Formats: sequence, C-alpha cells, structure tokens
Amino acid sequence: MADRDMSEPLQQQVMVAAETRQPLLICGGGSKRFYGRPINGDPISTVEHSGMVSYEPQELVVTVRSGTPLTELEAVLADAGQMLPFEPPHLGEQATIGGSVATALAGPCRPWRGGVRESILGCEIINGRGERLTFGGRVLKNVAGYDVSRLMVGAQGTLGLLLEVSLRLLPRPAREVTLVQECDATTALTRLSQWRQQPLPLSGAAYLEGQLWLRLSGSEAAVTAAQQQLGGEPGDDHFWSQLREQQLSFFAGEAPLWRLALPADLPNPHLADSRWLIDWGGGQRWLRSAADRATIQQAASALGGHATCYRAGTAAGEHDIEPFTPLPPPLLALQQRLRQAFDPGRILNRGRLYAAL
Amino acid sequence: MVESVVMSENLIQLQRELQQQLPPEALLTHPAQLTPYECDGLSAHRQRPALVVLPESAEQVALVVKRCHQLQIPLVARGAGTGLSGGALPHREGVLLSLARLNRILAIDPARALARVEPGVRNLAVSEAAAAHRLYYAPDPSSQIACTIGGNIAENAGGVHCLKYGLTLHNVVALDLVLADGTQVTIGSEAPDTPGYDLLALLIGSEGMLGVVVGATLRLLPQPETVQVLLAPFDEVTAAAECVGAIIAAGTIPAGLEMMDRPAIAAAEAFVHAGYPDCAALLLCELDGSGAEVAAAVAQVSAIMRQQGATEVRIAATPAERALFWKGRKAAFPAVGRLAPDYYCMDGTIPRRHLATVLQRISELSAHYGLAVANVFHAGDGNLHPLILYDANRAGELAQAEQFGAAILQLCVEYGGTITGEHGVGSEKIDQMCIQFQDQALSQFHAIKAAFDPHAILNPGKAVPTLHRCAELGAMHVHRGELPFPELERF
Repeated sequence: MADRDMSEPLQQQVMVAAETRQPLLICGGGSKRFYGRPINGDPISTVEHSGMVSYEPQELVVTVRSGTPLTELEAVLADAGQMLPFEPPHLGEQATIGGSVATALAGPCRPWRGGVRESILGCEIINGRGERLTFGGRVLKNVAGYDVSRLMVGAQGTLGLLLEVSLRLLPRPAREVTLVQECDATTALTRLSQWRQQPLPLSGAAYLEGQLWLRLSGSEAAVTAAQQQLGGEPGDDHFWSQLREQQLSFFAGEAPLWRLALPADLPNPHLADSRWLIDWGGGQRWLRSAADRATIQQAASALGGHATCYRAGTAAGEHDIEPFTPLPPPLLALQQRLRQAFDPGRILNRGRLYAAL
Repeated sequence: MVESVVMSENLIQLQRELQQQLPPEALLTHPAQLTPYECDGLSAHRQRPALVVLPESAEQVALVVKRCHQLQIPLVARGAGTGLSGGALPHREGVLLSLARLNRILAIDPARALARVEPGVRNLAVSEAAAAHRLYYAPDPSSQIACTIGGNIAENAGGVHCLKYGLTLHNVVALDLVLADGTQVTIGSEAPDTPGYDLLALLIGSEGMLGVVVGATLRLLPQPETVQVLLAPFDEVTAAAECVGAIIAAGTIPAGLEMMDRPAIAAAEAFVHAGYPDCAALLLCELDGSGAEVAAAVAQVSAIMRQQGATEVRIAATPAERALFWKGRKAAFPAVGRLAPDYYCMDGTIPRRHLATVLQRISELSAHYGLAVANVFHAGDGNLHPLILYDANRAGELAQAEQFGAAILQLCVEYGGTITGEHGVGSEKIDQMCIQFQDQALSQFHAIKAAFDPHAILNPGKAVPTLHRCAELGAMHVHRGELPFPELERF
C-alpha cells in the first residue's frame, strides 16, 4: 500500500480556491462518480493521498487516508482476520475508502452490521475555508463535541474534503452459509418480519424472481443452528458480491435503476412496468422502471421512505438529472445553513446533492 | 452555593404569556418548586432556574421554544436529571424545560422491530414494554431505571453492552424535533436512511444545544437466546488488561466486558457480598447468542483467560449466580460511595492497549493529589470510570478532586483517547474541551451551533467552550511533546 501524505498540497489547493471562490470537484478513484448530480469544478484528487495511518487489530480500529484503495485496505484487514463492517460496494477497481465514506454506500449486511455511519469513529477534513480539522477519535466511545465524523458520511464532500477516517472493524465470521428458499414476495417479506424478532445470525436477505436468498454469518455453532431452523437449499456464495457490485443480470440493460429505502416490512409499491429486487431484509429495494421521477419518488415518500435515481440510463439528458428525493423546505433550509457553516463559499462539490446545497 | 434568580423583562413577559396559554400545573415559579431542578446528577454544580415549564405535548414545547427564541431567553431541556456532566444545569436567567410529562410509549412495532416513544419515557420502560415480543432496547446506562430516552439522546448514552450493540446513536432511527425557532421537523425515518445530510447523527449526543427532542423511534433487538457470564480474577492489572485485548483479537465480541481494580472490588464486596475474590483486577465477561454458540464462546474465552494469567475462571452455574456476578459491578458506584463522604465519577476513554499504563498514571496522580481512587472500567470499549473519593466538607477538597479529575481527562487525551466516553461534556468538562480540540475545530462547532440556533438560546454555555475561555486556560493545553505535571515520574 502506497504511503503518501498529501494533506498539505490538498489544503493549499482548497485555500486558494476558497480565496477565489472557485468551485472544486473532489475526485477519488471515480468509481462512484455516477452517484449524485453531475457537477463541474476544478478537479481536486485524493488518490495520491493514501496509506494506513494506524492499525492495531486488537483495538478493532483502523485509521486510513482517504485515497487508500478499498481493495488494498480490505486485503490488509483480511490478513488480520478482520473486515469493514459495512461491506462497501466497490463499483469499480479504483474505489477508495474516502469515496465509500462520502457516498455512505453499504453492502447487503447493512441491517445487521450497520452502515458507514455506524462504523466511523473519527475523521480529519479540510473544510471550505481551507482549515484542517480533526473530529472524533480512534476509540469506540466518544461524546466530546458534535459528531462531525458521522455528518461527513453521505455528505459527498460538500461539508469537507476527507483526509483521514478512523473506522471500527469486526472480526471476520468463522463461517458463512448461503441458503435459498422458493417463495413469493409477500411470503418473503412476512418471513423477514418474523425473523427480525428472533436472534438469528443473518448477514444478508434478498429477494429476486421467486427466490429468497439468505446469508448466515457467525460462529460454527450459531450458523449451524440457524441453518437447521430456517431451512432452504444451499446457494452460491457469489450471489452476495454480485448483488453488492450490481453484477447480477437484474442490473444489466439501459432501463433507469432506482434505489428505494423503505420501512422493511412493506410490500413493493404498485408501479406500472416495474421489476424489483428486495435487499437489506426489505429496507432497500432496487427498481428497474421507466416511470417518471415524481411518480416513483411520491410512491416511496407515501410509504415513509425515499427514492434515488441511482443510474438514469441513456434516456435522461445530462442536465435534467435530479437523483435525490427533494427535502421538505425547513430541512433544506437547515441543511443550507449547515453547509454554510462548513463551506461558506460553497466551493466543495457545489450542487452534488441538491442544486441549492 | 446557589446563585439567585434574575427575572428580566422578557422573562416576566414570557411567564405572563405562558400563564395564559398553558395549564396552571405546567408552570413552576415558586422558589420551593424550582429548587428540585437546580442540579442534575452532577450535584456539585447548582443553579436555580428562573422558571420551570412542564409541557404535556409537542405543541406546547414548540410554543415555549418559539417564544424563548423570539424573546432571546435561554432554555435548558431536562429529562430525569440523572446526567453526570451538568448538561441539564439550569440557566439563572432562563427557562428549565422538563420533558418528564411527555412520557408515553406510543407503539411497539414488532414487524419493524421499532418502538415509538415520547422523550420522557424511561430507558428501562422501553425494554419492559418490548419484552412481550421478546425484543429489547439495547443501550443500558447504569441509571436506566430512571433516566429518560430524551436525555439518552442528548448525551448519546452508552452502558455495559456498547461493544457489541453500540451506543444510543446506533439504536435510534428517527427523531421528532423542535428547532430553536419552534419549527417542528422529523429527521431520520423508519426506512434505512434519508436523503441529504445525516442530521440524526449530528443531533444524537448534541447535549440539547441544537434542538429539543419531542419524539423518538428506537430500534429494538431480539432478546438473546442464551446469556452467560464469566468472572476471572488476576494478580496483575496488566495481565487483566492484556486479556481484554486477547479476547477481542481472538474474534469474539463479548456482549459486555468489564474490569474493576482492587479498591473497587473491595468496596463492592463489602457492600453486596458478590463473592468476589481478593485480587488486583477482576474481569467480568458476558457472552450471548444461541445455546451452542455461547457454549463454544465460553470454552474459548475461559481458555484465553487462563492463558493470560487468570487465577481462576468462574462460570455462572445459574441465573441467580449470573446476577450475583453482575451485582458487584452494578453496585460499584454506591459501594465506593460508602468509602468516603463524596465521590466524583470521571468518564474518559482510551485505546485499550494503554489501559495498564493509564491506570498506573492514575495511581500516581492519586498520590500526588492525596485523594484515593477506585476504577471501574467498560474494558471492552476502553471507557474508564475512575471514582475519586473526597470529602466536600473539608476545605478545598472538592477543588482538589476536580483538579485530579481534570488531570485524568488530560491523561486520556494524551494517550489518544477522549475526555468523555458516554457522560457528555455538559458544564463539567467544558474546560477539558480546550485540551482535546484546536481552536479551529471549536470554531467549527460554534458555526454548527449557529446554523441550528442563531440566538444561542438552547443550553447556552454548555458542551463547547468559547475560544476566549480556552485562551484564558491556555496554560492547561497539552502542547506537542510537552506533558502536564512534569514533576511526576513517567514509566
């Protein structure tokens, strides 16, 4: 793993941009560039800013520079029998840990092991004034000051350029088993709601085309007991990485791809001409549909969730892409003030989440 | 000493308005009624509020907050008042807003494994209500019988099971919030995430500085099938500390992993007769899961404990014995309280690997300040609770205890930790914030505060110190390479 500290040149670049109010476009490996509103700005790259700052396996904590490639980080952790809890989607070979934190994307284990926000413990950022700031720490319990580290998760760089992150780790499970049960979607959601109330070592639950896929992870004893309890045919373990990396055939083709976050027990909303993949035990639904944005976002909002146009497909023009569900006016106003507090000139990834942010 | 109350013209106007708009029992103005609110669990800090308001609904809360915003009157929210950092210490020219009457559990939703509650609901009441579905609410601060969910959210409360099940932050999915100007918003949701910034993460642990919580949706977990507790005495603190790391490095995440030092063990034993052996350090390890899983983990952890030098490993044979093992630990604070007229509970966190060194340094500080200390420790997550023994009736001893406490917190920062793991900064550790954070980071906190609360009416003066205050305390900073207390030996 390359060990390069580029904090100072990065800070210089932000300071100069802050002075001239020149918008900056933060780039990592570029694997998640598609996710969010298309924006312009002078590129500022974190890829050279890489390497592990500290890693003590017995502390279950790692501190890394944001440009560190995910693949390399995960390999080092695996050597010590550990892993990132949130199973980050790479979506490209160049994916960096900074991009994972900035986009808050998490894999199939999200409901059971938490997402990026549950894992992050601390960070160092450059805010829009060009100041280098450190928040949180390298310990699991820390309530000194506002939790700025978690605020950075999913902010897509608009509150600060990530320099370093400290993440909580988990031991790799001793055993993993994939099971497949044939059933309809209603039965699958009913079963998942029942299992939510039972202490099971689930680490994945997805429903696609008549099959409920389950992943069990944990100690030998726990997995064996749960396997007997739940039943089903053994399935291909690769399903989970293909799901995480969107390599299943469901994700192929040019129809727009939507991501809905919904209360996990609800049936899929009724939308004409739609295909669904249920993930996260019901909490995350992938949708292929040509229905218009308002229809899909309203359907998700009506159920207490939200919908994101994950990949617009070829039909959408560059400039009419508005992927995220609009915020209620008081929340948008609050988020604008918060943005102002970190980046008064709105130079960092301006408009990445919303035009007004 | 309680400072007197000051009624500004704006306060008099607010009181007049609230008398007209709220039921008479929602307003306390008589000094005798105000006195019970003059402190929280940090009883060394006291201040009588000008006015106490006890609203019964979110709408009433919004009305009070909005008027305080317009009239620029300080407002301090309070749950059960069990906090240990003075976070609910009233303002002498302000309103103390008690959320105690918003105490309904609105729903337990087993299919979503969620509880919808008002902020004044007691922590333990949630698990009691969820038990019918074999679900529970995981964060379990030691005050859980009395403390409220609203207070837990303000402080991001922890407990003994954080290592495996997280803090309040990990177990709250949505908040109904009254913003400083009285606007009501919901942040978070019953879906896994929401668009835009993660305000939920920012609000939890914000110590009542950014908004007033009027409703919360909590994540419930299935009760574990089996729970087992191991007790292991050690002759050396270092060996016990290393054992903690070895258990975790071997791939087991215990539900709880607690450590006590000799003074704490002796005090607990004298108080509740838990059968603790006389030893330098004691580890308590709780393991949970399916029957077979726990059996395997018990075998693995006991072997590690023996390898690491435990003089014996006791495995609770019955639920009664399990409760007895825990009883000493849970009674540690009151037990230590019997050793001296007063004790001062600290709350720092350090990376686990420095545990033995930090305990050694604390015992040096104990000698330096001439005050005894007992240590109980959430060892699994590095959260120390040194209990400093003192006698407030002896001149200067409270000040001495506070200085000793401050030195311990400084030590935690020096070893890469933090000044508060779960109790919050409040009014207590405001000066130590100057040690942990640089001026620019503190300025960023103030900017966040201003984005939420432009008139700074919510819990003013808590949690984040002014730069001016830090400048005055400049001499206390840990400068690079320059350690505090240079007169002390280091080894």
